[in-house]
Amino acid sequence: MIRVGTMIPLTLLIPLLGAGVISLLGRWPDLRETASLVTAASLVGVVLSLLLVAAPAGSTHFTLLEVLPGLRLALHLEPLGLAFASVASTLWVLTSLYSIGYMRGHGEEHQTRFYACFALTIAAAMGIAFAGNVFTLFVFYEIMTLVTYPLVTHRGDREAVGAGRLYLGYLFGTSVGFFLFAMVWTWLVAGTLDFEPGGILAGKASPGIVGCLLFLYAFGIGKAALMPFHRWLPAAMVAPTPVSALLHAVAVVKAGVFSVLKIVVYIFGIDLLRDTGWNVWLAYLAAVTIVVASLIAFTKDNLKARLAYSTISQLAYIVLGAGLSNAGGVVGAAMHIVTHAFGKITLFFCAGAIAVAAHKTNISEMDRIGRTMPVTMGAFLIGSLSIIGLPPLGGVWSKWYLIAGAAGAGEFPLVAVLLLSSLLNIGYLLPVAVRAFFGVPSQSPRQVKIKEAPLCCLIPICITSAGCLALFFFANQLYAYLINMLG
Amino acid sequence: MEDHLPVLLVVVPLFSALIAPLVGRGDKPWYVAMAATWSVFLLSAVLCARIYGIIGASGDPSAFISYAMGNWALPWGIEYRVDAFNALLLLIIAAVSAVVTVYARLSIAHEIPADRVNFFYGLWLLFFAGLLGVTVSGDVFNVYVLLEVSSLAGYSLVAMGKYLDRRALWASINYLFLGSIGASFFLLGIGYLYSATGTLNMADLSERLRSLHDSRTVVTAFVFLLVGLGIKMALFPFHIWLPGAHGYAPPIVSALLSGVAIKVGAYVMVRLLFSVLGIEFGFETLPTRPILLAFSSLAILGGSYLAIRQSSLKRLLAYSSVAQIGYITLGFTLANEDGLTGSFIHIFNHALMKSGLFLIAGIVVYRLGTSELAALRGLGRRMPFTMAGFTAGGLGLIGTPLTAGFVSKWYLVAAAIERGQSFLAAVILLGSLLAVVYVWRVVELIYFEPRPESSTQVREGPWSLVVPAWVLIGASLYFGVDASLSSSMARQAARALLGPG
Repeated sequence: MIRVGTMIPLTLLIPLLGAGVISLLGRWPDLRETASLVTAASLVGVVLSLLLVAAPAGSTHFTLLEVLPGLRLALHLEPLGLAFASVASTLWVLTSLYSIGYMRGHGEEHQTRFYACFALTIAAAMGIAFAGNVFTLFVFYEIMTLVTYPLVTHRGDREAVGAGRLYLGYLFGTSVGFFLFAMVWTWLVAGTLDFEPGGILAGKASPGIVGCLLFLYAFGIGKAALMPFHRWLPAAMVAPTPVSALLHAVAVVKAGVFSVLKIVVYIFGIDLLRDTGWNVWLAYLAAVTIVVASLIAFTKDNLKARLAYSTISQLAYIVLGAGLSNAGGVVGAAMHIVTHAFGKITLFFCAGAIAVAAHKTNISEMDRIGRTMPVTMGAFLIGSLSIIGLPPLGGVWSKWYLIAGAAGAGEFPLVAVLLLSSLLNIGYLLPVAVRAFFGVPSQSPRQVKIKEAPLCCLIPICITSAGCLALFFFANQLYAYLINMLG
Repeated sequence: MEDHLPVLLVVVPLFSALIAPLVGRGDKPWYVAMAATWSVFLLSAVLCARIYGIIGASGDPSAFISYAMGNWALPWGIEYRVDAFNALLLLIIAAVSAVVTVYARLSIAHEIPADRVNFFYGLWLLFFAGLLGVTVSGDVFNVYVLLEVSSLAGYSLVAMGKYLDRRALWASINYLFLGSIGASFFLLGIGYLYSATGTLNMADLSERLRSLHDSRTVVTAFVFLLVGLGIKMALFPFHIWLPGAHGYAPPIVSALLSGVAIKVGAYVMVRLLFSVLGIEFGFETLPTRPILLAFSSLAILGGSYLAIRQSSLKRLLAYSSVAQIGYITLGFTLANEDGLTGSFIHIFNHALMKSGLFLIAGIVVYRLGTSELAALRGLGRRMPFTMAGFTAGGLGLIGTPLTAGFVSKWYLVAAAIERGQSFLAAVILLGSLLAVVYVWRVVELIYFEPRPESSTQVREGPWSLVVPAWVLIGASLYFGVDASLSSSMARQAARALLGPG
């Protein structure tokens, strides 16, 4: 019988050890990449077996150490965190495979540092996923900022360093300025920081304090990229594409919205938030980000930049769901963490594949590229459709629940925003695929020859796009599992 | 023997200071210094254990050990008095000095001509004795005398930096002028107090001052005392001597100056405000709180901002100390248990971090001969342990979780919110953000910039330098992960000061 108590720390330990081994094997690239893959695979094994073994509603806390009386570094297991951990670890395996193709295809330097930092980031993501209290969440959140910095500035030139400063500035600025402040305040009001089903603030905080805390948390968690604290995300796109793919579509940004969701559900408690009425403000704030980010996405010709703004807009869906603070909204938001992860990572993988195989980064240069890269662009189409939210792809369900949640709360303007956003998504994502297949190249047509990215890149692309498809059919199970978090 | 512990803390280093210059050349003076600092460290640990034992047994948080010098009856004789508060500070001073002295041997042999080394250690021990004496003494005039002992030794120690950088001489003169002005103010203040009360014993003073709260003489006395101390502890805007002195002194001197010496000034200030004057008079009647609050906020923001603009590692650390003193005095102004706990734990944590960081800077100086930031480019690969030490210490200055700095800031922010003064919390957090900038500037240089082509080969520093630096940095990390010991000691100290109720 496997003990859950030993397995949760294992999810932190495996990537940490992996990072150590990777940095020792720096001289032997093949061994190093093997280590990276083995680490990723064993982590997935552990996380998925937790999914099978552990009772969904169990929320035992495991204390790692106690900094001050009552201020503990503690882990616990609950459905939302396990869902996030599963997504992050599964996609890490695929990204590891993809990175091998991409980094070698591009001839990048400092690959050892790259793989080691990647593993450390995943360790931080696991810490965030299983954090048992706000303090633990904060610790791993800050660690994640630090260990992703070398990944963002990987190229080391002036632009990358500038982007890295922006990255640190925004993320540290918001987390130290607002998040830490909110955490201390919560501690003083509630006397604890533990995540408890139903929240810890009910009956302890006045509505005014709840409102202040809610916005301090929402803006303090800069990784959720709620406007106006979103500039770091497009800037971070100078990183190599696997970084953008896993970190800025899955691990880092999802860590942000996951934290928001987790704090809403387990610190405030959705009932308390609904009673105070502050939640609606958060939802409308998110709605503004959804629309504005989508509009900015239209203006971007660089594919990765467009995807970055698309991510900002999609992250705001999750914040909006948290703001609705009803079952539909919160579970829809949690599902969106999963479905958007699969959709967006596919798109980033494709962008990277185009960069490696055709050396193109701007959408305007991608006319007819679908002829030479049919698999990649086919996957791109699937990913786009999932983000837009069309059947038979996973993205449709999370939007469904979010819209249902908005309607259930009686907020019809928000329903309209969600629908409008789908239209905007069509507007800025589909043209990429359309141009790729039917566009007219400016240069004279040459012999069409299939020239795809390396196999290491193609396989993950196929798997994640298949994942988008599979999520359509297993949405029911996902919903049934996630609803447990409301206790 | 055990009854004489309080006075032994001062007598041992004072006599060793006389012996050290006489024992000859080579390593001999260093052995004397080692013996003195480590035995004082042990003595202070014993003393600490005793005072906590007494507090535990009697249940009175402000219990103390009193020692009458030469058996002269109090309050006529000089009293040495140890309670939970100064026991903590004594332990910090002794511990940091003991570790720094281990480091001193190689560093000093490198920086100071062989025929001056014995004098250096003499001054070093004199400085050390002065710091301990100020902390342990319960007599204001004795505090003045010992403050001057340590300051005069300090001026000369700063001047010893001239062998590396001639600017140390100017810094030392600057320090001497301002330090003497501070000392004069302090002495004037004592004079007024004496004329108003006829006593110099702190406990006796606090008794007699109760009926003298509307006396102008007393108010004037305290203004002089506080300004004098403000200069000694480099409280913004009296900080102008500090960056030069701490920036050009030999690194180990900077470590002690920044790590503990300015804290001793802060100690005397808090002692006067809380124990002698009383919170009510010290904070409510006199406008001390708003003034101190403004100065502390300016110190935090101004010091951090100026640290960002420095081009040399040691000066950067020095300006950072200006800011850190601001955090400590900010906690004083809150005048509640959490605020004082925050201040005291920051005195403790910052002593470890900043001394450790100056020792790190010393290793850089040992290898490169300079601590200019431009010379540090790409050092991360050449000196991995040293630079990792800088990074860990720097994260502590920022206050990242799991470092000691986080624990201090946690208490201070909590105390500020509890007092309903959220803007102070904002100042503290803004200070942390500025610290991110000045620390990260260096981290970026050492890890993410290539080594300049023209530079010579640099190796990792010698172990006898790296290990002591890491002992201090490591301790600061330990007290960030498990702060139960440091926080309970700081809380005891705060209770000792606030008294029962």
